[in-house]
Amino acid sequence: MRFLTPDEIEALLLSLKIASVAVAVAMPFAIATALLLSRNFPGKTLLDGIVQLPLVLPPVAMGFLLLVIFGTRGGLGGFLKDHFGIVFVFRWTGAVLASAIFTFPFQVRSIRLALEARDSGLDEAARTLGASWLDRLVNITLPLALPGLIAGAITAFAGALGEFGAIITFVSNIPGETRTLPLAIYTALQTPGGEAEAARLSALSIILAFLFLWGAQTIMRHTTEKAGR
Amino acid sequence: MSAEIAIRHTRGSFTLDVAFTAASGGVTALFGPSGAGKTSIVHALAGLMRPAQGRIVLEGRIVLDTAAGIFVPPEKRRIGLVFQDARLFPHMSVERNLLFGWRRSPERAGPDEIARTVALLGLEKLLARAPRHLSGGEKSRVALGRALLASPDILLLDEPLASLDAARRAEILPWLERLRDIARIPIFYVSHSLDEVARLADRVVLLDGGRVTAEGSVFDLLAGLGADKPLGAVLEARAGDIQDGLQTLMFDGGRLLVADAGPMGARVRVRIGADDILIAREAPRGISANNILPVTISKVRLDGPRAEVEMHCGRARLVARVTAASVSRLELAPDVAAFAVIKAVIVEGGGAFPGKV
Repeated sequence: MRFLTPDEIEALLLSLKIASVAVAVAMPFAIATALLLSRNFPGKTLLDGIVQLPLVLPPVAMGFLLLVIFGTRGGLGGFLKDHFGIVFVFRWTGAVLASAIFTFPFQVRSIRLALEARDSGLDEAARTLGASWLDRLVNITLPLALPGLIAGAITAFAGALGEFGAIITFVSNIPGETRTLPLAIYTALQTPGGEAEAARLSALSIILAFLFLWGAQTIMRHTTEKAGR
Repeated sequence: MSAEIAIRHTRGSFTLDVAFTAASGGVTALFGPSGAGKTSIVHALAGLMRPAQGRIVLEGRIVLDTAAGIFVPPEKRRIGLVFQDARLFPHMSVERNLLFGWRRSPERAGPDEIARTVALLGLEKLLARAPRHLSGGEKSRVALGRALLASPDILLLDEPLASLDAARRAEILPWLERLRDIARIPIFYVSHSLDEVARLADRVVLLDGGRVTAEGSVFDLLAGLGADKPLGAVLEARAGDIQDGLQTLMFDGGRLLVADAGPMGARVRVRIGADDILIAREAPRGISANNILPVTISKVRLDGPRAEVEMHCGRARLVARVTAASVSRLELAPDVAAFAVIKAVIVEGGGAFPGKV
C-alpha cells in the first residue's frame, strides 16, 4: 500500500503511542481524583477548579509553562534529570506529559459521573459482607463504573491525538520523536508542495476519529449490558 | 449467647432511644409503623449508622460502646443483612453473589454447607443466572443465601418481603419459616406486616416514635394489635390425628379442630382474628362452630361503643372484639369464666415447602 509514506506512518504510530501512554498513565490519577471529587470535603471546589484548568488554558501558554517547569535548567526539570535521569523536553515522554495533562479533565469528568450515579446501597451490602474499602473499590465500584472509565479513556485518547499547541511549544517538532499527526500536517503545509501530504494526513485523522467513535459505542454497549444496567 | 442493644441517637426532630435483647436461635421481630425507627436500629446493628450513644453486644462481642470509644465497622461485624431491595451485585452471577461474603468470611462454610444453603433456598437452577434475569422472589432468596453463606453471628432481615407482591410473599414465607426452624443464630426480622410477624417471630419488640412500647413473646404480645383486622390470638400448636374429617391441633391450653393442618406432629402457627371470636357465658349448644374453648376473662377495655375482651385459655392469650353493649349484657369482667367461640382459624407452616421435599 503506497497510500502513506514511511514518514507519515511514523507520525501515525507515534501519535497512537503518545495518546495511549498518556491515557494509561493519567487513568489511575483520574480515578483517584474522581473518587475524591465524588465525596464532600473542604477545598473540593478548589480541586475541581484545578482539574478543569487545562480545559480553559491556552495550550501554547500551557506548553510554555511546562517548558519553564520541566526544562533541564529549570527547577523541577533539573532535579528530575540530575537525580533520576528523567528528561521531558524534546522527548516523546514530554508529549505524553502534555497530552496527559490536557486530557485529564475528560477522564475525571467521565469517571466522576459514573461514580456519582452509582448505587451506594451496593457498597453498603458489600460492607456487611466483609469487604474492605479497597476490596469494594476493586470488586464493586470500579467494575460498575467501567462504562464511565471506558468513555473517559476514549474521549481522552481522541483529545490526545489532536493535541498540538502544548506539544509543539514544550517538546518541539522532532520527526520520529515528537512529530505527531497534527504536527506532521502543520509541517506538510509549511513545505512547498506539501498540500497533498497534508490532505492525506487530514483524511487519516478523520478516519481515525470515526473509527474511535464507532469502537467507543460498541464497547460501551457491550459493557453497559454486562454491568446489568 | 444473644444480641444486646441499647442505643440513643437524635437526628433532626427524631430521637431513637431503645434497649432490648434477642436470644440465639430465635426470631425477634421489630414491629411498628414506618418512621418508628426499625431501619435505624438495623443500620445501627450492622454498623451502617453510628449512634451518638449506646452499646451493642453481639454473641458476646462488643461492636459498639460509645462510652469506651469502640466502633467496629460493618465489614468486621459479621452481620448478615438482607435489604428490602435485595441489593445483588448486578455485574456478578448468582453464584458469585452467593460466594461474595463466603470468600471474605473468616469462618468459611465447607462445600457441604454451601450445597445445603443452596438447597434450603432452592437456588440450584439459578446459579449461573445474572441478577437482572431473576424474579423479585428469587432475588430475595439469593440475598438471603448470600447473607447466610458469610457465616454471620446474627442475621438481620430488613423488610425482605416489603417490595414483593402477595403471591411472591407467599412463595418466600415458607423458606423463612424453614430458616427460622434450623438457624442457630439470632434473627432480627423488621416488618410492618402483622401477619408476617405472627407467622415468623418468636419475640416481638413493638416500636413507635423511636421508642420500645412493648416487648415480649409473640404469643402474648400480638393479640389485640392491628387497626383494621385486629389479631385475636397467635398460638403455637402441633398437628394431631384426623377424626371425622377434622384434624386436631394441640396447643398450650387446649385443642382446636381444623380442616387441614399438615402431617401429624408438624409444628404450626395458628392465627385467629379478634372479630372471629365470640364470647358466651354458657357453653353454647347446637352451633356450627367446631371450636369452643373454656376461658377466663382477664381484662376488659372499653373504647366507645366497642370493647376488647382479653381472656386466657391455659397459657394462651386471646382477645375478642365485641360491642360495649355485649360486655354489659353478659357482665364480662376480669376473673369471669366464659366460652370463646372461634369462627375461623388460619393455620400456617404445616411443612408444605415449595420445591422438592
